[in-house]
Amino acid sequence: MSSLLSIEGVWKHFHGNSVLRGIDLEVRSHEVVSLIGASGSGKSTLLRCANLLETVDDGVIRLDGEEITDPRVDVDGVRKQLGIVFQAFNLFPHMTVLANITLAPRRVHGVSRERAEQEARDLLAKFGLADKADAYPDQLSGGQQQRVAVVRALATRPKLILLDEVTSALDPELVREVLGIIRELKESGMTMLLTTHEMSFCREISDTVCFLDGGVLLEKGPPDQLFGDPEHERTRAFLQGVRESGRL
Amino acid sequence: MTAGPVWVKSEREQERERIRRAQGRRGASVATVSVIVFVVLVATVVTNAPGWSRVQVAFFSAEHLRASLPDVAEGFLLNIKIFLIAEPLILIVGLLVALARNVKSPAFLPIRAIAALYTDASRGVPTLLVIYLVGFGLPALRLQGIPTDPATLGIIALTFSYGGYVAEVFRAGIGSVHPSQLAAARSLGLSQTKAMRFVVLPQATRRVMLPLLNDFISLQKDTALVATIGAMEALRQAQIHTLDTFNYTPYLVAALLFILLTIPMARFADHLSERTRRRRSA
Repeated sequence: MSSLLSIEGVWKHFHGNSVLRGIDLEVRSHEVVSLIGASGSGKSTLLRCANLLETVDDGVIRLDGEEITDPRVDVDGVRKQLGIVFQAFNLFPHMTVLANITLAPRRVHGVSRERAEQEARDLLAKFGLADKADAYPDQLSGGQQQRVAVVRALATRPKLILLDEVTSALDPELVREVLGIIRELKESGMTMLLTTHEMSFCREISDTVCFLDGGVLLEKGPPDQLFGDPEHERTRAFLQGVRESGRL
Repeated sequence: MTAGPVWVKSEREQERERIRRAQGRRGASVATVSVIVFVVLVATVVTNAPGWSRVQVAFFSAEHLRASLPDVAEGFLLNIKIFLIAEPLILIVGLLVALARNVKSPAFLPIRAIAALYTDASRGVPTLLVIYLVGFGLPALRLQGIPTDPATLGIIALTFSYGGYVAEVFRAGIGSVHPSQLAAARSLGLSQTKAMRFVVLPQATRRVMLPLLNDFISLQKDTALVATIGAMEALRQAQIHTLDTFNYTPYLVAALLFILLTIPMARFADHLSERTRRRRSA
């Protein structure tokens, strides 16, 4: 299998602090890769770099073989191929669910209104949101909003979906419905790079888990190895802390 | 924390920086060329236009500029004075009216009604009309203690006229502070008044800085309206010169002075909005 997303020696500094310190990571097609680690370990920054929301200070990121960290790259062209879902949903509050989902297909990908709406309704139906098409975001629960955000990211048929702590802003009972939709995405073969604090979910869904600590990718491997028998003391301490707070 | 890898800038990153610099240089040279072409084009069209020499004599006469500048500049000091006195008064009136409109207690219904009536009247009546009413109407009453100085009367009129706008800006700002902030303050035991003073108003004021500055830029130029009731400010002085000579350069001098006064305020507003933007994205 070839690498869909390849990250090589990526550095990122903010105000003199190194947030990413030489990250290497490969995401192959149809693979689900999770990033775990404490707040401030650089997980979210790495996702933002992959989506070109941040420029890297060194290193290379390739998407499907094309270097996207080149200063001459067409940023919008790269983002067309990616979907991202944020922690805070970031739905557009002045648009209906349907308009939120069809915005990019219609305005960026040039899909006709009829086709975009039909595809959006199909996706909504698939994820149990068929009756919400004409609702506005503030009429939905947090879980429903986040599911709509996932559908919005899917609607442009991205090669890769980035999920940035998509359940962190949700009540525990709402977390389940969002995790359900991600599980379905995995079954459909979607390639995903995600950050999460939901360790059991991470263990269940990931093909590869990466532990980040202070901007360094300290350890990576299959979930059973990383959760069951981590190599590094730091990883063990982190997982111990997670266990003690009852989240694993 | 210094453990772990140390960053040595790679050749690739150096190459990338070189490309970025080249892109920046290209952008700068495109900007320079387009500005030069534009300026040359406009200058050529304007100076070759028929009647340009007459425009030059009527509006850009160095002789009339020298003759009128001292008087216009002196008059302009009065504009600045009117503005500097009216501005704090307007802020006070605006804030008080905004607070009065927010009073919830039923006993204060009359106050709320008066405040609402005032905002309607002050925003509804043209500023020039208010200046006429106050400037000519008040002295005509011949009551004791009523000022007769046109500048003072102008300040009263401008304060009345702008107070309503500023009150609405403040009210919008207070309304934009999320109710949970008031709830949090009240649950700490702060009274409604104290919660307003220490928690809601400081946040509201920060948010309304830009619209307030916008109103004040508008106030700066509206001080010229006071000319109509006889205050010897910049516009009036320019008018006197122009009536003598039928040359319009003094008006242009006054206009330039007004622009010069507005620019620092406008740039300050830009600076504030840029700062807000940076804070949000950080």
